[in-house]
Amino acid sequence: MIRSLPRSRAYDRSFVVFVVLYFVFLFAPLLVTCVLAFNDSDFPSLPWRGFTLDWFLADGPKRVGIFEDPDNLRAIWVSFQTAIWVSASCVVVGVCAAFLFEQENFRGKNFLYFLMLAPLVIPGVILGISILLGATTAGIYFEDHWNLDIELFRPSFWLVVVGQFSFITTFVTLVVSARLRKFDRSLEEAALNLGATRLQVIWHITLRYLRTSIIGSGAVAFLMSFENFNTTLFLVGSQPTLPINLYLQVRDGSTPVINSVSFLLIVGTSLLALGNLYLDRKE
Amino acid sequence: MRRGGLFWLFLTPVLVWLFLLIVLPHLDLLILSFRADGAWSLENYGTFFTEPIYWLTFVRTAAYSVITTFLTLVVSLPVAFFITKLSRPGVRGFLMVLLLLPFWVSELVRVYGWMILLRESGVLNYFLLQLGLLEKPVEMLYNDATMIMGLVYTSMLFMVVPLVSVMEGLDDSLVEAAYDLGASKACIWRTIIIPHCKPGITSGSIVVFMLVLGNYLTPNLMGGKNSLWFTEQIYNQFIASFNWNQGAAFGFMLLVLSSLIIWLGLKITGQRLGEVAS
Amino acid sequence: MQPDLVVSHLVKDFGTFRAVDDVSFPVPKGSFFSILGPSGCGKTTLLRMIAGFEEQTGGTIEISGRDMRGVTPDKRPVNLVFQHLALFPMMDVAENIAFGLKRRKVSSAEIRRRTEEILERVDLPGYGAKRINQLSGGQKQRVAIARCLVLEPSLLLLDEPLGALDLKLREQMKVELKKLQAKIGTTFIYITHDQSEALVMSDTVAVMNRGRFEQVGTPQELYGDPHTPFVAGFVGDSNRWEGEVVEMDGETVLVRTDEDLVFRARRKADAGKGPATLFLRPEAMLIEPVDASGLNTFPVTVRAILFDGANSRLLTATPSGHELLVALPQNRAFDHIRPGADITLGWHPQSGIAFGRGEGRP
Repeated sequence: MIRSLPRSRAYDRSFVVFVVLYFVFLFAPLLVTCVLAFNDSDFPSLPWRGFTLDWFLADGPKRVGIFEDPDNLRAIWVSFQTAIWVSASCVVVGVCAAFLFEQENFRGKNFLYFLMLAPLVIPGVILGISILLGATTAGIYFEDHWNLDIELFRPSFWLVVVGQFSFITTFVTLVVSARLRKFDRSLEEAALNLGATRLQVIWHITLRYLRTSIIGSGAVAFLMSFENFNTTLFLVGSQPTLPINLYLQVRDGSTPVINSVSFLLIVGTSLLALGNLYLDRKE
Repeated sequence: MRRGGLFWLFLTPVLVWLFLLIVLPHLDLLILSFRADGAWSLENYGTFFTEPIYWLTFVRTAAYSVITTFLTLVVSLPVAFFITKLSRPGVRGFLMVLLLLPFWVSELVRVYGWMILLRESGVLNYFLLQLGLLEKPVEMLYNDATMIMGLVYTSMLFMVVPLVSVMEGLDDSLVEAAYDLGASKACIWRTIIIPHCKPGITSGSIVVFMLVLGNYLTPNLMGGKNSLWFTEQIYNQFIASFNWNQGAAFGFMLLVLSSLIIWLGLKITGQRLGEVAS
Repeated sequence: MQPDLVVSHLVKDFGTFRAVDDVSFPVPKGSFFSILGPSGCGKTTLLRMIAGFEEQTGGTIEISGRDMRGVTPDKRPVNLVFQHLALFPMMDVAENIAFGLKRRKVSSAEIRRRTEEILERVDLPGYGAKRINQLSGGQKQRVAIARCLVLEPSLLLLDEPLGALDLKLREQMKVELKKLQAKIGTTFIYITHDQSEALVMSDTVAVMNRGRFEQVGTPQELYGDPHTPFVAGFVGDSNRWEGEVVEMDGETVLVRTDEDLVFRARRKADAGKGPATLFLRPEAMLIEPVDASGLNTFPVTVRAILFDGANSRLLTATPSGHELLVALPQNRAFDHIRPGADITLGWHPQSGIAFGRGEGRP
């Protein structure tokens, strides 16, 4: 039944077979994508026609590798900028929210906490259209009343940042709160007792204690932003992020360049994820 | 109680975030859904109920989301059980890393991987042809079964992780005691393991259900033209028909449905959203 | 009468590590048998083999005359009370007790009758509808035992079930468990690392160390006549000296300790001339004996008085600094003793035991 109980060989085997199949299922699409990024063929499919780096390096005219493809490179750059802005602002507001919900008491706290959790249960698509609608309404209002045309209120780079920020902050808040809950507040009291101000205490003691969870949640926020599709879809303007750009290419037919971009994404996210995990372990 | 400046420093950004980006936009969504041609109207909701294509898609999406959630649970339970209760302790951490890794990768990349595996000129067809199991290539994409498989694939993690953490809390000696008292394997699952895992099953199911219901990418790319997923209807109203009021009504319907199911799930199992979230 | 359990030449290896090493013993019907040993001595492994959770590498386990090899835990006439009790938190008390009966497809009327009966017997009548987390530690204990007893096993195995209780409750449960066992007459096999639990409750105690049984006997035998230095050191408190046997005389020996005290003591079979270890109980030493003839006597200095009611002791030291614990009878005869006082101690040669060194030191 479990490890500490005697089990039949067939029982163990069937479990192992199931789990192996599960992992094959889990990795097959990723593996195929990576392998076909190096196939010397004009389509991302078998048969294998030999190893090539064309889909990374070629500069035309027949094949254009990812590093020579201005369209995809720009999308990567846009996604990167978006993710930096989103993760930075999410961490700042998320840490504030964690302190607010863990260390302060005020009327309406429960209601605010419930609102903070709401983005978890609002489908990303709905969040996208709501923010699009809200921004548009605000834009019309500003234009009618003050004759101001503000770019933020139209689908644009900054609207994407705002849209992603609105739900990723919840995740940062939850991660930092969980860590803050384990914090021994007598450490703060000791520091106050030794003559530190409240702000100094937070800076030197509490934030230092939270450091790994802040870095970790920042990394997660970066990844979530970099890969977000559902919410971004409705907010994107003339600067598509990488997932949107890839989506348009996948929908219109595929070339191995998509594989090479995917390969880079898989390697990049795996490294970031492993780094994050390593940080977690060190705790 | 006197409030320090710090309190306001914490409160202000949080209030700005929650009211400007969560409350107001959704209020706007609600208001716009009741407006048509510059006046208050129920027309948008009327269209939803009178056009079968809309409400059928809605029902279909809800039903498939339930099925997908259940399938995800069935696939995830043995995996979580194997990792927590059967694998050697040394291997456990490694398996967890392996389990989490693919989910860090963009959903788009994963769906794309399935596309080049399953399509008519795909890798699976190539192997089946080579082995002589097929005579001519078969289109495996663009049907409901594949779409559901894709949805299960994209949301498995959100089931496995809560299951693993709740199973880690299951004291081995409870299982041993049940066994010692004469319970069969099926009986141990029914009377000990499943009741113990209920909180994990609930939170996993809620998250998976919500993600599947609101998914756009997977039905769109793997279900093809006939996927008829409700998020696609919303997208069409916004981007193709440019009928934002209609889209708002659809969006609000979806929001109500997902909130309702989540509320029901919490009610039935007697849990609170805060507990599920953590 | 046929013993309930006969274990012969039982061996269990984990890889190259031998957890249980050639253990043999019978347990008579209706007795309270304890296995006492430090953690890691193999007692849990032994118990899990009897319960059927582990398979032995060699040897046999017979329960009521039947060889248990290949019989799964659920098919053995044996039930286990777990260390942390393993009561099912998702069920109430009655459901916990009925769990095993249901698995045996007993009719529900019969289940109800037997559940009530067993609750009566463990003094918890009317507790059936309580949730597990509503019970006190002692009540949980009794429910866990009732859950097993209702199946009428030939043997009840108990895996340190008192370990999780606080001290006071533990003292109380020792007595209760002993009474309960006497009342229902089921054979109990009890493992523990707490010598007081084993001594108080058991008819027979086996002292286990490094996978082997050092000695099997009644609590009195283990305390009064330990066969090995390990048993002498592990069961009860002992003072010990390292020294050398200088003279042998049948049943007694003359030991010169490392600090040059010379004592006459009882000889264990293996003690020959050469290095030896001498064990002496705190209560064997008499303070300022009136008639010192035939006693070993030596001077000590009192370092501290460790008052603990009936269990009070003096912490003393010999001139060369060797610390000894001496029982301090609370009969007011020694009220004059203060820390720093020099006193004489005496003890009868029969109460000190000398073991030859070189084997089985704890």
